[in-house]
Amino acid sequence: MQGAMEDFLRALRAADVKVSPVEAIDAHLTVATVGFADRELFKDALCATLAKTADEVTRFDETFETFFDRETFQLEPPPPAGKDGEPEGTPPEVANSELAQMLLNGDVSALAQAMEAAAERAQVSSIRLSTQRSRLTRRMLEEMGLSEIEQIIAAAKKLEDARSQALVARLESGKKALTEEAQRFVDRQHELYASESGKNLREELLARKALNAEGGIDPADLVMMQALVKKMAKRLADRYSRRRNKAQLGHLDVRRTLRKSMAYGGMPFEIVWKTKKVEKPNIVAICDVSKSVAAAAQFLLTFLYSLNEVVDRMEAFAFSGRMISVNDVMDENKVETAILEVLKKIGFQQTDYGKSLEDFCDLHLDQIDRHTTVIFLGDARSNYADPRVDLFATIQKRCRAMIWLNPEPESYWGQGDSVMQRYQPFCHVAKPCNTLGQLERIIEDVLRTYIPN
Amino acid sequence: MASVDALIEGLAGVGYIASRRIATALYMAVHLQKPILVEGSAGVGKTELALSTAALLGLPLIRMQCYEGLDESKALYEWKYGKQLLYTQILKDRMGAQLAEAGGTMDEAMDRLHGIGDLFFSEQFLEPRPLMKALREDDGCVLLIDEIDKSDEAFEAFLLEVLSAYQVSIPELGVLKAKTPPIVFLTSNNVRDLGDALKRRCLHLHIPLPDAALERKIVASRVPGIEAKLTHELVSFVQSLRTLDLRKSPSISETVDWARALILLNAESLDGEVVRDSLNVLLKFEQDIASVEPQIVELIRRPLA
Repeated sequence: MQGAMEDFLRALRAADVKVSPVEAIDAHLTVATVGFADRELFKDALCATLAKTADEVTRFDETFETFFDRETFQLEPPPPAGKDGEPEGTPPEVANSELAQMLLNGDVSALAQAMEAAAERAQVSSIRLSTQRSRLTRRMLEEMGLSEIEQIIAAAKKLEDARSQALVARLESGKKALTEEAQRFVDRQHELYASESGKNLREELLARKALNAEGGIDPADLVMMQALVKKMAKRLADRYSRRRNKAQLGHLDVRRTLRKSMAYGGMPFEIVWKTKKVEKPNIVAICDVSKSVAAAAQFLLTFLYSLNEVVDRMEAFAFSGRMISVNDVMDENKVETAILEVLKKIGFQQTDYGKSLEDFCDLHLDQIDRHTTVIFLGDARSNYADPRVDLFATIQKRCRAMIWLNPEPESYWGQGDSVMQRYQPFCHVAKPCNTLGQLERIIEDVLRTYIPN
Repeated sequence: MASVDALIEGLAGVGYIASRRIATALYMAVHLQKPILVEGSAGVGKTELALSTAALLGLPLIRMQCYEGLDESKALYEWKYGKQLLYTQILKDRMGAQLAEAGGTMDEAMDRLHGIGDLFFSEQFLEPRPLMKALREDDGCVLLIDEIDKSDEAFEAFLLEVLSAYQVSIPELGVLKAKTPPIVFLTSNNVRDLGDALKRRCLHLHIPLPDAALERKIVASRVPGIEAKLTHELVSFVQSLRTLDLRKSPSISETVDWARALILLNAESLDGEVVRDSLNVLLKFEQDIASVEPQIVELIRRPLA
């Protein structure tokens, strides 16, 4: 059982259920407590010890079902035994070959056991790639003794009598069933141990893919991207959104110590040290959704949405010709609808940075104070309209930090109708931000650098 | 506690209808002596599970509600400062007399001083808070740490010692260990992700929203005297509400409240008017109510898929 448990734990890890050594020990203790006679009990008990979030529970259930799924395969029932038990005329090779015996007797459970053992010898569970499947199937079958069967069949075919023909037919069908079962077995192993690594690879590629690449994001990848962005935003917010009181050891807070001492007749009984508050980030995010950034807009909005979900104090705006607040839309809708809604309202119009900044200054300037970090997502292509750098400077003066993330590479800045170089002097940070990976790194830098420690 | 089935029955006896998964997790928690972390959306019966377990085992329940800013002086222990202060003053008077008696040199006085037993940091002056109370219950108890996700990260780290070894270290006194480890429940609403270290020490139980059959049983056990027909109708209605796109789907506690409300309204079966009047018991957001209201009649008529 130990070996099987270890394989199961490995399969769980492959399915992204975190299993630490302590939990592995717990799992073994669990098995010792509940036993494995009752499948349902066994599963629930293991689930309680190993899966630690709702997501992990789902993945645990899937892995458990796949791993402990041992449907016995279908074999033709053996013909009624001859008058004197052993049918006459079977060649001696049959008696020598265990596998042939099992196939002819229809001993399904012995076959299943033999297959498990052969799989272990062939190291099927170390499968990594889907292309390894057929080779491993073949290896496994050979370990089980398929070549013996093939020899018997070849030998029996030479004999012309009916009995041999019947034997050949039965062995052939047994071999076919066996091969199919072996394929299913390897497929299951592949699903258990290798499918996740393929998914990870795709996620990694996606994180590096340019946001405004030709044709945008493959619709098939869209769901994955959203999950990825969400994970990222949550990670960032988790790290930075909690306010912490950090003690400054060695700095006596005289005022508060005196006040506390009053209860004890002026004796400084409780000594209070100075502490420093680490503040929650206060973010205003402004996102360009005009035609020129169409491909990236969906990404940026997804990110905006996720950030809005996890950061308490965040104001979100979107603009192309005019600027509107999109907080309500994001609070009320699911991510897909919210993005569509925003794009429907103001997306894909002619960009006008000047007008949008005017809108912002008229209506929302009061939301920016010295604690606010402003994040601007856009390409700064203003269609040769007045960029109103003066308004931009006003915002910059009021906020703590102004960060510009531009989906275009730096060499394009200032070319054509881009006014990036005129805005740039007023930004604390201005960076090209072209892929999901970059986006995460930059935002992390931003949160780290511009939140006082 | 002999088997999972016995546990399900026992819990039903104290009014908690547990699914098999819940009972198994509880069974494992008792037998492996591990805390159990219960997650699930609000109102699925996380806190109720702890209360029912305490009732089932006949153990006292000690409850600690977590919130931002909770620290060890509120969770574990606090010194009784006032009494300590009085003690020092008595001590000062006494010692003055005693030392004067000694009359001799400073060295003699110091010897005397060391001879007097030091009670200043002793258990008499310790004000136990929930965690310590739970550890000091000699016959065991049920400790409920409610909404752990609301507490700070630092507090979570501080809990680790309590949860894994059932002991606390008090710098002035040493280590206090529980004679009988309490059965610990932690509940979480997933406001934030808990640390891996904490999760690793706990068994995990996620309570989902129940299926119709289980929910009917729960309503029947929680609202005595309710007609089977009404139960059937209202559970089907709630179940179909959950398939809609709502900001806050009604959970079990809302179903139970609604059943009680319907009985108060003398409703024998669901009809559009009764539902419209009492919808605010079930749905807690204006938008949700607005979006459900036009569909009420259809939802009542539609048999549950």
